[in-house]
Amino acid sequence: MDGNIITSILFATVVAGTPLIIVALGELVVEKSGVLNLGAEGMMSVGAIAAFAVTLHSGNLWLGVGAGMLAGVAMALLFAFVALTLLGNQVATGLALSILGVGLAAFIGKPYESEVLQAVPPIRIPFLADIPVIGEALWNQQSLVYFSWILFWAVLWFLFRSRAGLVLRAVGESPSSAHAIGYPVIRIRYLATLFGGAMAGLGGAFLSVFYTPLWVEGMVAGRGWIAVALVVFATWRPLRVLLGAYLFGGVMVSQLFIQGSGLDINMPSQFLSSLPYWATIIVLVMISRNRNLVRLNAPVSLGQPFKPES
Amino acid sequence: MKTRIQRFITAGLLATLAGFSGAAAAAEPASIGFIYVSPIGDAGWTYQHDQGRQEMEKNLAGKVKTHYVENVAEGADAERVIREMAERGDKAIFATSFGYMNYMLKVSKKYPKTAFLHATGYKMGKNMGIYNARFYQGRYVAGVIAGEMSKSNKLGYVAAFPIPEVLQGINAFIKGARSVNPEATLSVIWVNSWYDPGKEREAALTLISQGADVVTHHTDSTAVVQAAEEKGVYAIGYHSDMSKYGPNAHLTAVTHHWGDYYTKVVEQVLAGTWKPESFWGGYKEGMIRLAPLNPVIPEALQKRVAQMEADLKAGTLKPFAGPVVTQDGKTLVKAGEVMSDHDLEKMNYYLEGVTSKLPKK
Repeated sequence: MDGNIITSILFATVVAGTPLIIVALGELVVEKSGVLNLGAEGMMSVGAIAAFAVTLHSGNLWLGVGAGMLAGVAMALLFAFVALTLLGNQVATGLALSILGVGLAAFIGKPYESEVLQAVPPIRIPFLADIPVIGEALWNQQSLVYFSWILFWAVLWFLFRSRAGLVLRAVGESPSSAHAIGYPVIRIRYLATLFGGAMAGLGGAFLSVFYTPLWVEGMVAGRGWIAVALVVFATWRPLRVLLGAYLFGGVMVSQLFIQGSGLDINMPSQFLSSLPYWATIIVLVMISRNRNLVRLNAPVSLGQPFKPES
Repeated sequence: MKTRIQRFITAGLLATLAGFSGAAAAAEPASIGFIYVSPIGDAGWTYQHDQGRQEMEKNLAGKVKTHYVENVAEGADAERVIREMAERGDKAIFATSFGYMNYMLKVSKKYPKTAFLHATGYKMGKNMGIYNARFYQGRYVAGVIAGEMSKSNKLGYVAAFPIPEVLQGINAFIKGARSVNPEATLSVIWVNSWYDPGKEREAALTLISQGADVVTHHTDSTAVVQAAEEKGVYAIGYHSDMSKYGPNAHLTAVTHHWGDYYTKVVEQVLAGTWKPESFWGGYKEGMIRLAPLNPVIPEALQKRVAQMEADLKAGTLKPFAGPVVTQDGKTLVKAGEVMSDHDLEKMNYYLEGVTSKLPKK
């Protein structure tokens, strides 16, 4: 295996992992506040079509990305209203949001199926991109790839180093105590949910504008569900989300490379296709097998509705 | 919604009336139903079938009225939709995806007066025929173009599922390529999905990074052509003309056309002469065609392609004429013989020139 192949595998891994990281980190913040929003797939779909349509009409990439985020926020708002204000069942509401989002995106996207966008050129970071093997893979990427790394550090800092993050986690652990000492539980949960929506919309925008610059129904193809699953299997820890997303992307891309290289693998291709899921789940379960730590990281009130008394 | 329901009711009433007064029935256009597995969209499998439906309706203007249901999952839903169509009195029903097979067969037994037609399947019934196209004929010509246009002699193929229809395409493609360029080799990547633009794109990029400079696909999205355009290599599309997704990359596309066939079948059904058959059409029947060739293809090659297409039409060129040699060097068909349709339908191996190994079942 020469350096070029390693570089292209790495490059493709990073690209494939990026939408998962953005959406999963958003979902992580949501879940840390005690809200379980399973609607990521739907929010991504709507974000993808909104970003695509606005980019196409305005010709401005960033307007499109903004629209994708806004669309995600709008969907999340719908979820928040039903689940947080009306105290609907979060699991059911999230599922409904997924189904609604996928269908709504297909409906809105009907006239856009034949349109194409210009591919967005990557941004090359001088010097860093000249590092052999990994330089081209890591530092000659789309802007949103760099953003996903910034987002990672920001989420990490916010959750574990900032006061606001501490409050958010407290709300997720014990909403009634947080409420008792005067924190606006519902408002904090609303904000977290909307942030998650924005990130899901952004992940969708990455797919339809940067990754494959086209819109077709069902293009999210289950990535929203993978992101939701990643958060749980990563036991609500940002570093593991990052690791899991790249592992998933890496295994998926490597199996394509193995197939293309003509190695005699002697395995059904269906098995190879399921390999990323296996690998991610097994690795994340292995590193998260300490039950006490899992219990420590899981938000205690996850998925439970909260109604402030008085 | 309301209008649709009203239309249904009206159609139902009309059908009943027509049934009572036999004379009026002739004047009433016959209703023909189509079931599609995906949204029609702007390119791809379902789009081509819908084009066929529209062509047929135009050819038989006044005599038929078509309607369709798109995005029907290959499951219990399909049975419900087929049953509804039969119940509302459709004279002929076309189901355009493999997975509808068993559901259609089941419903067909209950409605013996209706003509049922299923694309790409293998089960027939007393009133259920099957039809398919010889996609591999177009693949063979595409392979010749790829073999000539490639500089690296490495070709790439993004494929969905290892079933005979897809393997016929892969093998015809490499056989065509090696007929003009004995150095040509082909790598195949299975994405295990008819439709996942992200994965199709990754597979195409993988092939390109491994040196392929002409890529093609047997999947449903335009992602492979777009990836080739971005990387400055050539691509050959499938289903529909995909040139607008990669104006420089797109050499041509293997396209399939169903209008003539649909017209013929519906005419027979209306005349009462229809009999279920297994129909496997190709160039000769106008079912397979290449999309307009990219002007970068040299004139001499363009002429040869035109000649090959004429020969396929005339039936003198057979893509799977011997010698047919597998990847492991086994000769399946000797020179001078042609592989039978029966063997084609059972294809489960790669021919020589394919460097990938076929994943085991």
